[in-house]
Amino acid sequence: MSTETKKETRESWKTPTVMGSLAAVVLVFFGILGKPETVSFELTGVRETVQLPNIDVASNILGIASGILLLAMAGFAALQVARNVRSSIWLSVVFGAIALVALLGWLAGGAVVPVAFILGSALVLAVPIILGAMAGVMSERVGVVNIAIEGQLLTGAFMASVVSTLTGNQIIGIISAMITAALFSAVLAVFAIRFLAQQIIVGVVLNVLAIGITNFLYQQWVTEDESATNSPGTLPIIHIPFLGDIPIIGPVLFQNRITVWLAIAIVIVLWFVLFKTKLGLRARAVGENPLAADTVGINVGRTRFWWVTLGGLLAGLGGAALTIGSSGSFGREMSGGLGFIALAVVILGRWHPGYATAAALLFGFSIILRIWANQVSPGIPTNFITMVPYIVTIIAVVGFVGRSRPPAADGIPYVKG
Amino acid sequence: MRLELKGITKRFGILVANDAIDLVVESGQIHSLLGENGAGKSTLMNVLYGLYKADAGQILLDGKPAEFSGPGDAMAAGIGMVHQHFMLIPVFTVAENVALGHEPTKRGGVLDLDAARALVRKISDRFGFDVDPDALVEDLPVGVQQRVEIIKSLARDAKVLVLDEPTAVLTPQETDELMEIMRGLAKSGTSIVFITHKLREVKAVADTITVIRQGRVVGEAKPSTETAELASMMVGRDVGLIVDKKIADPGKVVLSVSDLSVLDDRDQRAVDHVSFEVRAGEILAIAGVQGNGQTELAEAILGLRAIHSSDGDISISGSSVRGKSVRTILERGVGYVPEDRQKNGLISEFSIAENLMLNGSFTKPYTKGLGIAFATRARLADERVKEFDIRTTSALTPAGKLSGGNQQKLVLARELSREVDLLIVSQPTRGVDVGSIEFIHERLVEERNAGKAVLLISTELDEVMALADRIAVMYRGRIVGIVDTKTDRAKLGQMMAGVAA
Amino acid sequence: MTKSVNKEPIDWNAALKEILSGGVTRTVVSVILGFAVGAFFMIISNREFLQSLGYFFADPLSSLRAAGDVVGAGYGALIQGSIYNPNAATFEGAIRPFTETLRLAGPLIAAGLGIGLGFRVGLFNIGGTGQLVSGLIWATFVATRMELPPVIHFVVAIVAAIVGAALVGAFVGFLKARTGANEVITTIMLNYIIVSFFNFLLTDNALLQGETAGGYTKSDPAFETARLPYLLGESYALNLGFVLAIAAVVVYWWLMERSTIGFRLRAVGFSPSAAKTAGINVERTFVLALGLSAAFVGIAAANQALSSTGGVTPTSHAGIGFDAITVALLGGSSASGVLLAGLLFGAFKAGSSAIQIVGISPDVLGIVQGSIVLFIAAPPLIRAIFRLPPPQTTSMLSALKSKLFSRGGK
Repeated sequence: MSTETKKETRESWKTPTVMGSLAAVVLVFFGILGKPETVSFELTGVRETVQLPNIDVASNILGIASGILLLAMAGFAALQVARNVRSSIWLSVVFGAIALVALLGWLAGGAVVPVAFILGSALVLAVPIILGAMAGVMSERVGVVNIAIEGQLLTGAFMASVVSTLTGNQIIGIISAMITAALFSAVLAVFAIRFLAQQIIVGVVLNVLAIGITNFLYQQWVTEDESATNSPGTLPIIHIPFLGDIPIIGPVLFQNRITVWLAIAIVIVLWFVLFKTKLGLRARAVGENPLAADTVGINVGRTRFWWVTLGGLLAGLGGAALTIGSSGSFGREMSGGLGFIALAVVILGRWHPGYATAAALLFGFSIILRIWANQVSPGIPTNFITMVPYIVTIIAVVGFVGRSRPPAADGIPYVKG
Repeated sequence: MRLELKGITKRFGILVANDAIDLVVESGQIHSLLGENGAGKSTLMNVLYGLYKADAGQILLDGKPAEFSGPGDAMAAGIGMVHQHFMLIPVFTVAENVALGHEPTKRGGVLDLDAARALVRKISDRFGFDVDPDALVEDLPVGVQQRVEIIKSLARDAKVLVLDEPTAVLTPQETDELMEIMRGLAKSGTSIVFITHKLREVKAVADTITVIRQGRVVGEAKPSTETAELASMMVGRDVGLIVDKKIADPGKVVLSVSDLSVLDDRDQRAVDHVSFEVRAGEILAIAGVQGNGQTELAEAILGLRAIHSSDGDISISGSSVRGKSVRTILERGVGYVPEDRQKNGLISEFSIAENLMLNGSFTKPYTKGLGIAFATRARLADERVKEFDIRTTSALTPAGKLSGGNQQKLVLARELSREVDLLIVSQPTRGVDVGSIEFIHERLVEERNAGKAVLLISTELDEVMALADRIAVMYRGRIVGIVDTKTDRAKLGQMMAGVAA
Repeated sequence: MTKSVNKEPIDWNAALKEILSGGVTRTVVSVILGFAVGAFFMIISNREFLQSLGYFFADPLSSLRAAGDVVGAGYGALIQGSIYNPNAATFEGAIRPFTETLRLAGPLIAAGLGIGLGFRVGLFNIGGTGQLVSGLIWATFVATRMELPPVIHFVVAIVAAIVGAALVGAFVGFLKARTGANEVITTIMLNYIIVSFFNFLLTDNALLQGETAGGYTKSDPAFETARLPYLLGESYALNLGFVLAIAAVVVYWWLMERSTIGFRLRAVGFSPSAAKTAGINVERTFVLALGLSAAFVGIAAANQALSSTGGVTPTSHAGIGFDAITVALLGGSSASGVLLAGLLFGAFKAGSSAIQIVGISPDVLGIVQGSIVLFIAAPPLIRAIFRLPPPQTTSMLSALKSKLFSRGGK
């Protein structure tokens, strides 16, 4: 009943503590104990029209410089806690980006870092994760936990490859991938809404089923004649004139397959719909308090069904990005856990399309970093680079980086009286 | 608008919640629906609002039959409802909450929040609500949240406004303000259905009264009807809420609370520097409007909530329990009947026998080594079922299948059968039938006569006055004063609004 | 309403209705439906059947025959590969499939119990894989890097596997208890972290990589003394692992149904708030439950690490961590249910090569497995399809049970 709404507790010291220790690691290991060799950041490739000079820095100097910068940011975060102000998520994002540059510099002592290539690859590798995460955002925002993103990516990948090959038309392939994944998602929706099944269980089981069905069909008839069923080729890379020639930004953003641009467009549209339109307001209401939404005449079941099902379209597109948007053919269980990464990304991104995309890029970055580091300095235990984003996710879930609050009715079936 | 309900019947399984109910609400009238907890008032209104489908009967608006398949239909027909538990989205602003469901939009479905804000301001100004359209609902006090609910209905041009137990969460002042609002609305032509079980409020504001008991209309009354007569209509017989009890003979101090502060779930101070004592052989009642820190107080004594104040302390039989675990505190001799028995008092999937050992799984008689003493448990369960008159076919029946009164008797059976010095009893008769209420009251007095210290927490003033030896009134986390039972109601009412004794 | 306890006559009709509405009927129906879905996929991917569709109206029987043939061949091979092989030259050979089923069911049962324990406490342990791999790491260390006397060696290795797995589970429980971190997310993340860590250990000779691995991510074979002893002589691969699984079933039953620890675990599972009010430390229960859950998974890890004669690899976990979820779901998280479900899915693993031989991809069994559990997950769906009665509210069955199984005191 109290009218004062002042919180009695203090902001947590966890964030500055974690930031401070990470900054110290960068400063000590990458900087003070780092190698004095030169790192060359290559901004433009050989074949590009506009040429920029490489930026050369000694690896340990970069380490020290970024270490100090990071320490300053940790100090700023500490100051905010002392003032009892919640730190912005952007501070964490910028902090992470600088730490990654430092890591790159440390890994590449004595070598060249192809900046545009790494950023571009990170984006391409992040596309399935981004789209999977948008599917996750759509379903969790209306209160349905979606563990089945993995299965949707996999069915999408399968359909895109096989249908493109059979029809000889990649657009039809993409559309059928999206529709199949949406149907798959509809099963989750129906089980969760109509049959009130435990959503996490249904999600896990749908993944088992997706793996079973794609494996079976792949082995039973795709492998019999791969050239007739599983050779769709990849989508063409479109180079946008002028924009594509801008250094760094051009190759990263404007020389891409359509799947990349679709993903970016979807993120923006989804953000707009979710936060600026009537549909979005209603969807969020359903995810926060379905009974309240029901009492103002919003059909909870129908809202949930459509958001979950249409989310499947996006995951299907993500699956298509795996095959015809990247590798060029389907392989057994090729989603390889990207759907679970997407799930982590939804949480890291606090159920927000934009933040989730930033988190997805972190994962994309770590994947390309692992591949690239293996080539530059083969001695490096790349298994540890693989672990980084997963560890970051745990740290985030445990509540060190800000506080994430899921939609209040996430995972809870709505039963009408 | 004239609202008429004809022969509304609603069953849940074998339970008949509404049995052929007839009700007429005239235009611009405040019509009070009076009945006990569980009499079927809320069910009836949920039928009217399209949340439940009636098994039989008809709804007429201005004489025309109406059919609602969902709240949307009811709203479109001009019926607005303020539910007992607010139907608001805590993370949305006031404007977003008011707009939800009939959002003003610009082209392409884009929200027009400016229009929503303007509407909130317009209604708020017209009735003097003083509500900021951009405030987040979760940051607003309960009384203001209720006004947001009323604005929601008015924004949809509600001609009939249903208020379901609206005063349960309000202070007497806020209640007065609400009644002013109701009169104002009625004057402007809105019909109001005021659901309550509080006789005083009915007499103060209603134009017409319909009394409901056990799902049936038992009669109509005028506000001028004597309180006693209304009460006996409501419960079906003369209410003698006076429990026979001899004068207390308090012994040594069992519970001592000093300078206690506690935070609620939203990290706001719910209990604010509270000190009091309860002695053996007395019942100390904590009275007050719901939500003034009573729940948090009880939870803190049991160790469910941390003590926030640095020098606050709770001691039981002379030794401090600050920082001790719930289990330790229970083992120090505390019995606890929680306010929300469904959630905290029992496990509905567990059988009666299992529920009786719920807090006894660490020690004899329920344990045998690391195993459960099944034979003993079965024997004790049968004994308790008989002693506490728990109506069931078997002690193996899941607790969730029992009626509210029997569930409460089950919780009492468990707590009273343990060796305790202190009993903390929260809202012991909420949602309990009259027969069980009497039984529960008698048992509590017996325990007090047997020399136990009893801390009774109740929002029902009648219950407090009937059972207590001393009354502590809580308001906004503080104890306004501790008085004896001869204090008159008006004085207690003022204290419940924060006026010191 | 009567106050008497257990005095009224048994209403057989009500009891029958309760059985029909209950879990066992639903489970059996789900299994049958699962096999039907599998049959559907076998049929639509069968060449003879697809060809016969071309002249379906001229000769519908041949389509039916083709369909029947492929389903018969597939499930026939499954039985032959998992239960009894009548074509074997010797009796020893004929029953070998069944011993294989038992061997492969062992780790599924143990891990299924672990996941089931989590479910009973309201926890979703999706981290079977990570916990199993952690157990593998510990067991492999003991089995390949320590020299101990016979018997003691494999006992220590088993304990190491259980402890290694349990610590991961307890860590997840600790995170949940201290910070409220959702165990679904933390377990999935830990799966990847631990598998990466295992890969790392297997790439370094100074760590777990075998001297004989020749650059591959693989450990040395376990010392002879650390291997689980064979149960039926050297000619059968069946070893002590199955006995461990059976022991785990018994322990699980006692723990969950008979002990006070199990009582508290179940109480927390049904209602954390009521358990807390009753003095049960819910946070500690989460740690305990996830630790115990992972400990059962550790038994499966011991089986995987100490059965192979060739050393462990990154894939030695064999997907058991995920399969265990389906085992627990199908088994309804009860001791006997998990035992039966583990045997069924063990039979699937044992029969897969036989199915492969008749030209059907054994992945069809994955479809069967997934469909069964999908049907299990939605009781209202099964009831709708088969018009089974809704869940009955009588206490007839429990009254009947208590009459049949009362253990004194009544």
